[in-house]
Amino acid sequence: MKRTMLVILFFAALLITWELLVRAQVWSPVLVPSPLSVGQYLYDALREGTLLHATLVTLRRLLIGYFLGLALGLPLGLLTARSRFVEDTLGVIALGLQTLPSVCWVPLALLWFGQTEIAMLFVVIMGTLWSVLIATDNGVRTVPPIYARAARTMGSRGLHTWFKVIVPASLPFLVSGMKQGWAFAWRSLMAAEIYVTILTGFGLGQLLHYGRELHAMDQVVGVMLIIIGIGLLADKILFSPWERFLYRRWGTAKQ
Amino acid sequence: MSRVPQEVPNVPPDKLVVEGVSKWFRTRRASVHALDNISLTVREGEFVCLVGPSGCGKSTLLNIIAGLETPDQGLVLADGRPVTGPGPERMVMFQESALFPWLNVLDNVLFGLKLKPDLTRRERREIATYYLHLVGLEKFLDANIHELSGGMKQRVALARALAPNPRVLLMDEPFAALDALTREQLYRDIQEIWQQRRKTIVFVTHNVREAACLGDRVVLFSPRPGRIQEQFSIDLPRPRDINSVDLARHATAIMSALKRHLTPEWMEPTE
Repeated sequence: MKRTMLVILFFAALLITWELLVRAQVWSPVLVPSPLSVGQYLYDALREGTLLHATLVTLRRLLIGYFLGLALGLPLGLLTARSRFVEDTLGVIALGLQTLPSVCWVPLALLWFGQTEIAMLFVVIMGTLWSVLIATDNGVRTVPPIYARAARTMGSRGLHTWFKVIVPASLPFLVSGMKQGWAFAWRSLMAAEIYVTILTGFGLGQLLHYGRELHAMDQVVGVMLIIIGIGLLADKILFSPWERFLYRRWGTAKQ
Repeated sequence: MSRVPQEVPNVPPDKLVVEGVSKWFRTRRASVHALDNISLTVREGEFVCLVGPSGCGKSTLLNIIAGLETPDQGLVLADGRPVTGPGPERMVMFQESALFPWLNVLDNVLFGLKLKPDLTRRERREIATYYLHLVGLEKFLDANIHELSGGMKQRVALARALAPNPRVLLMDEPFAALDALTREQLYRDIQEIWQQRRKTIVFVTHNVREAACLGDRVVLFSPRPGRIQEQFSIDLPRPRDINSVDLARHATAIMSALKRHLTPEWMEPTE
């Protein structure tokens, strides 16, 4: 109780100091908006619906791209772990492409797909796919061989061993790979949205970009807060259940 | 044309027959002769202990009987049929419990049962709870593996191995990592379960006393290459106490034989 009070006090003090400093005109109001004006912007934008609309456009791109990336990355990671040939070919490509910041895909995506939703999805998928693939591959390789041996003596074979033993045994790695993939997808989408305007939908990145063009610093900071909020919420909704499961079963440390 | 009446064999075949099994492990640099021309028969319902210093190939032989490894020469017959791979009629218990951490205790025991298609859900659950009861863990059905002590883990592993009702149980130093008190309890338990369920058990250990306590017969191995040196039959009444004087007499005999077969170059620090 005392702990929460202290935290609330800290953030209240932070906001009040910020507001007072802006009022004392320490900085130009063009460069630093006051917390009250940011609040005002968020309130107005939520009421007229631009913010909600932009959030939905962004989330749609993010979720579709992310889940497509997972749907490709997980099975391909199993494949690279299983087959020497796939490891030497696709595995090498994955290792290389994983080091490429996914915003570097934007120029190519625009040339290939034009200013379309597909271009956005492509960038998100490229951000997700390779890190998920590599995490899956790693996870499968670190499964203690004794699990598969024990399963075989109980009559498990082939695909049964893969899906009932190898995949669940590598779950701790899969979850951290999925988290990393999510972080990459989110960053690459924001970069892409700030970088290019897509006429089929205005996302949060575009809102941020036009905030700068219009010198509307309250908009810039307000949208940044929303982006932080989505990041935190996604972590809670998408990954907390998995982490609770890992904690319960494996006894791994809570994060 | 007169038909010759066929002679019907009246004696059941030996449960396990190991015939002239040899095994080499080849690495890029060297080839290790792990097993040299091993022959061994195990009768139905017999409790056989394979004992010897580390590196004598006893675990390798167990893996070959399990079907997890293939011999370079010779073959293994189980119920008169050649072993070509692992199967649920020959269950293995490993030194580490090899329990699956993503499943709770009950689901671990159910794993092997779910691979038996002729059982219903209810039957599987009944069998699993029966065996968990047998090993004294009926109160831990929902527990997670990481919450169990080392001894409890091996009990779950034992229940998991027993549940699909294998005729043969292959145990690879299953109690080596446990403390002395837990081990003594498990010696009593395993003897009781063996008498009740009449399994054929092949038990690998480097602990001579443990071998004398559990086995009807103790098979002594020497290393490099792995060979069978001597066999001892232990005719003490059961259940046996690991600390009894009679047992110590047998253990001493086996121990001195073991030392006799070890030349100094084979000597290795054992645990």
